Amino acid sequence: MSEVVPRWISETLRACIRDPKVVAGGGFILFLLVLAIGAPDLSPKDPLEQDLILGVTPPHGFAGAEPGYLLGTDDLGRDVLSRLIWGSRVALTVAFAAATLAAALGAALGLLAGWYRGWVDAIISRLVEIWMAFPPVLLSILLVAVFGAGVGSVIAAIAIIDWTRFCRVIRAETMGQAKSDYVTAARAIGFSPMEVLIREILPNVMPVLIALISLEMGIAVIVEAILSFVGLSVSSDVPTWGGMIAQGRQILHQGWWVLAAPLIALFLTVLAFNLLGEGLRRSLDPVMRR
Amino acid sequence: MNPPVLALSNLSAVSDHDRAILRDVSLEVARGETCGLVGESGAGKSTVAKAILGILPRTVRVTGGEVKFEGADLLKIKAGPLRRLIGERIALIPQDPMTALNPARRIEAQMTDGPRLWRGLDKTAARALALRLLDEVHIRDPDRVLSSFPHELSGGMRQRVLIAAAFALEPRLIVADEPTTALDVTVQKQILRLIRNMQSAHGTSVVFVTHDLGVVAQICDHVTLLFAGRVIEAGSTSQLLDRPAHPYTRALLDACPRYDRPNAGLRPIPESVIADLYAELGQSGATP
Repeated sequence: MSEVVPRWISETLRACIRDPKVVAGGGFILFLLVLAIGAPDLSPKDPLEQDLILGVTPPHGFAGAEPGYLLGTDDLGRDVLSRLIWGSRVALTVAFAAATLAAALGAALGLLAGWYRGWVDAIISRLVEIWMAFPPVLLSILLVAVFGAGVGSVIAAIAIIDWTRFCRVIRAETMGQAKSDYVTAARAIGFSPMEVLIREILPNVMPVLIALISLEMGIAVIVEAILSFVGLSVSSDVPTWGGMIAQGRQILHQGWWVLAAPLIALFLTVLAFNLLGEGLRRSLDPVMRR
Repeated sequence: MNPPVLALSNLSAVSDHDRAILRDVSLEVARGETCGLVGESGAGKSTVAKAILGILPRTVRVTGGEVKFEGADLLKIKAGPLRRLIGERIALIPQDPMTALNPARRIEAQMTDGPRLWRGLDKTAARALALRLLDEVHIRDPDRVLSSFPHELSGGMRQRVLIAAAFALEPRLIVADEPTTALDVTVQKQILRLIRNMQSAHGTSVVFVTHDLGVVAQICDHVTLLFAGRVIEAGSTSQLLDRPAHPYTRALLDACPRYDRPNAGLRPIPESVIADLYAELGQSGATP
């Protein structure tokens, strides 16, 4: 039997496709990714082009709608749909980058704390506890204010705040795994502690880690929206969902859609990330897959 | 006579609360020989096994003695070289095949860890070796087994895989830590025979940790009986089982249910024997 694709890849993919949560969540994220990457070609209008005569036109299907503006316009006459599509760029960039960074930092420290215990664990755990004592949103606003606005600062702020989520879970998982017989067996083979951590324990915490990353992406999208809502994310000429919410809030009584569109986008994105995370956790675990 | 492959002399160890775990344990295993390490739970069997494998938990501190393997004292070798020495020449057959295999890794990866790490074999060569070993332990469909996860195999199959993996590097010594306790009796017998056959085919010495005297009778050349971290009696299997010298050994043998006296009921080890033992160990009769 010639294997073009290794069996484990095809098996994992099959398990993923069978899981409706993965299909729904992953499908939506994929769709969003296509929109974000293809924004210059896919968005119907220039998201920054103002047309004050067409200000606050309602979405398609409502009285007074303008053709060509599917989701209406905001108070400056900018196309809401185009701004939504362009806004997904910042949202997804921040989601992927921040979640990956937070996961890398948190998982590394969690593995070390769970494996070495003792004073290593004491230092890392106290750090986590101190970290979690700060209100996260305030801390992120503070961090971005210190770093200066911009996507990079937002990513850094989220990673610096949320690594604790990963650290706590991975530490507990590692402690449990470290006691298991297969770790003893691996040490008897002569694996160094680092090799045991990376080769033996990491694959076992991976499903949990991936689920957490997906959940964290949802959180990152929200935090980014909060930061751009208060004007600390990117400069105001880049459309963001948070910025759109801030703007829509001011003209809620004239044009509810300006607020509703980014809110729904935010809601669906977070939901999709959560579904994907939960589904992946099951599909990636060879034991749970049975 | 050949020098022993493994020689423990006066090995003593304490726990982190300074409680004695091993007291002056001595033990010799000659080439190709199987030495049974017998005792109740907590007698120190597993601690001895871990000391031989260089994986004592951090809470256990060796306070004296030697663990000589092929003439070198393992306790005096630095961590890095020790890992290599033990990884290459001493192997473990673990107790519970259900938990001793990593649930998240395929059998192939787990079987080829040692050969790839210490022999530098590439994927193809390591796979070929694994196939050959699986064939040796009478696994019928080695290709399928190699690409399986542990949970897809039965307990007996997993134990065969672990035995095959233990022989991958042609070790001089194998520490078998109660390899049959987690299996049902019919599979036990097959596994014991398999270990025996593999051992004689490869000329490997075995330290066989068990609390099952029936297993000892089947597989061991020599037996060392531990109680509370001390060697109570040691000798050839026939001598120890047929002509036990120590009262505790006699009581222990007497406590084994036997087919030839089905109506005898269970005979616990008399408390007076235990009390005498503790007196001998210089302890009050407190529970261990």
